Amino acid sequence: MSTHGKFKDSFLWYSFKRDKIAIASLLVLVVLIFISVFAPLIAPYNPYDPEMIDIMNSEIPPVWEDGGEKAFLLGTDSQGRDMLSTMIYGMRISIIIGLGAVALQAVLGVLIGLFAGYHGGRLDAFFMRAADVQLSFSYLMVAIFMSAILQAIVGVARFGEIAVPFLILVIGFSQWPQYARTVRGSVLAERKKEYVEAARVAGFTSARIILKQIFPNTLSPILVLSTIQVANAVMSEAALSFLGLGMPIDRPSLGSLINSGFEYIFSGAWWITALPGLLLVILVLSINMLGDFLRDVFNPKLYKG
Amino acid sequence: MKKLLEVKDLVIKFALRTGEVTATNGVSFTLKKGERLGLVGESGAGKSVTGFSIINLISKPGYIAAGKVDFLGEDLAKIGDEKMRSIRGNRISMIFQDPMMTLNPVLTIGTQMTETLHQHNPQMGKEEARNIALDKLRKVYIPSPEKRLDQYPHEFSGGMRQRIIIAIALLTDPELIIADEPTTALDVTIQAEIMELLIELCETEDMGLILITHDLAVVGQVTQNIAVMYAGSVVEKGPTAQVIAEPQHPYTQGLIAALPQSSRHGERLNQIPGMMPTLKDIPPGCAFNPRCNQVMDICKTETPGLRPGKNGNLAACHLYPPGQEEQG
Repeated sequence: MSTHGKFKDSFLWYSFKRDKIAIASLLVLVVLIFISVFAPLIAPYNPYDPEMIDIMNSEIPPVWEDGGEKAFLLGTDSQGRDMLSTMIYGMRISIIIGLGAVALQAVLGVLIGLFAGYHGGRLDAFFMRAADVQLSFSYLMVAIFMSAILQAIVGVARFGEIAVPFLILVIGFSQWPQYARTVRGSVLAERKKEYVEAARVAGFTSARIILKQIFPNTLSPILVLSTIQVANAVMSEAALSFLGLGMPIDRPSLGSLINSGFEYIFSGAWWITALPGLLLVILVLSINMLGDFLRDVFNPKLYKG
Repeated sequence: MKKLLEVKDLVIKFALRTGEVTATNGVSFTLKKGERLGLVGESGAGKSVTGFSIINLISKPGYIAAGKVDFLGEDLAKIGDEKMRSIRGNRISMIFQDPMMTLNPVLTIGTQMTETLHQHNPQMGKEEARNIALDKLRKVYIPSPEKRLDQYPHEFSGGMRQRIIIAIALLTDPELIIADEPTTALDVTIQAEIMELLIELCETEDMGLILITHDLAVVGQVTQNIAVMYAGSVVEKGPTAQVIAEPQHPYTQGLIAALPQSSRHGERLNQIPGMMPTLKDIPPGCAFNPRCNQVMDICKTETPGLRPGKNGNLAACHLYPPGQEEQG
């Protein structure tokens, strides 16, 4: 039987077809990701190109407001950048950072959780205490320290170039304990099962047992957690950028866009903050809804009702 | 015939917080090449722990305190971890009780089989591993193995899964298979099929088999020799037919008398009074003396060694003269 056929017969697909919210969220998410991936082709302007920006166009309201212009569908920001294009590029950066940070968290957390859970003892105690310590630091605090140090080292001007990997690192490192704890919990349950014993009896090395036998059994909680963590990472990034610790204003993410518009909100230019904010909400909401759906499918015991 | 395995004076202890507990106290038996031996006893007699000690996989806090496990000239009780892993699952395989649990639920049968092969032979190609897996599935009579190889454990019935587990145990052409209650979780008709399959495979592949079970009926069908265990020691051993027909040790006699028989229809079943002592308070002398129906004074003070009974079976009992005593 082909993999495709198996998927069509699966419970996941069956439940998905019957869940309107899940279908809608996935649709929204796919559209948003498609737009981000093909941002240079879809966005009407390139917000990174200073030649396309005219300061005379600043703070033009969206097209449906008085004074709106057809050339700028969603208006412009304080520097005269087209809001639509800037938001598309901003969302692209937000998604890159969100996925990158989650990939880093997942690799770190899953490996630590697997080995700590399987071996137990001192290794386990060490990493779990480290996780406790890590979680008692606010990631904002860590980010403030690290960005201050980095900006001092590379200089404020060049900070923009390394902002993306920097944010991935900060958000990735601060959230690994989430994965480590989840995975460790399932490993503790799995390692007592007879198939693990059977693998040991079959002469498997412990690394092979952990990675090839136990790991596949922990995938569903990892998958569920990942959706929530992507949403969290996007929000964390927005929060950091809003505080001025994240993406610089010439390469804005959704968070720094919200921040840049914040100063103009009282002068009536609400769209610079509100529109990226709305996009952020839609993005995070669709990811979370999808995560909820996955959680219900993979772990019916946790059902909300 | 050539000797395959010799377990000699095996003492296994568990270091618990409340003190040391002896799980087996000087177990000895030998297995010739291609021989089938039954290890029989109640729960807690030390059968399984003996089985695990052969592949040096007693879970902590248990350890082998004394004795040796001689497998074709190598002492497995002392061999290093790395070397042991190349024997475990390769030259000695083990089959477990519950086929529902011993297969990894999220991997296909094919993956699980080829994984085992790759563990022991990393150079083996994918195609070759698959062919070996197919060959072994055919040996245990799984129909249309090409299709079955890509299926998951939940797509098989209990009996089929136990066949697959046997096929996995066969993958590396082991010289010895340890089967720990392999049919307890299956219904009776399937039990018979699995047992017949095991006998057939042992004969065609010239494998040794240690069958660990509490079920005398099963042992009677399958094995050539029996070792009966009680409270951590072997109390009787001998050829299967002889042990079942003329048990020498009062414990074995009690076990056999407790079997339901159609000739005694309507009567109450016999039972051995009392319970097996827990490992912590094994009585002095013969461990069986508080439950024995032929108990003598000497039983309460002196531990009997194995000695020939009336028909030549070895029995650890003071009823027989201590002649050429054999330590066990």
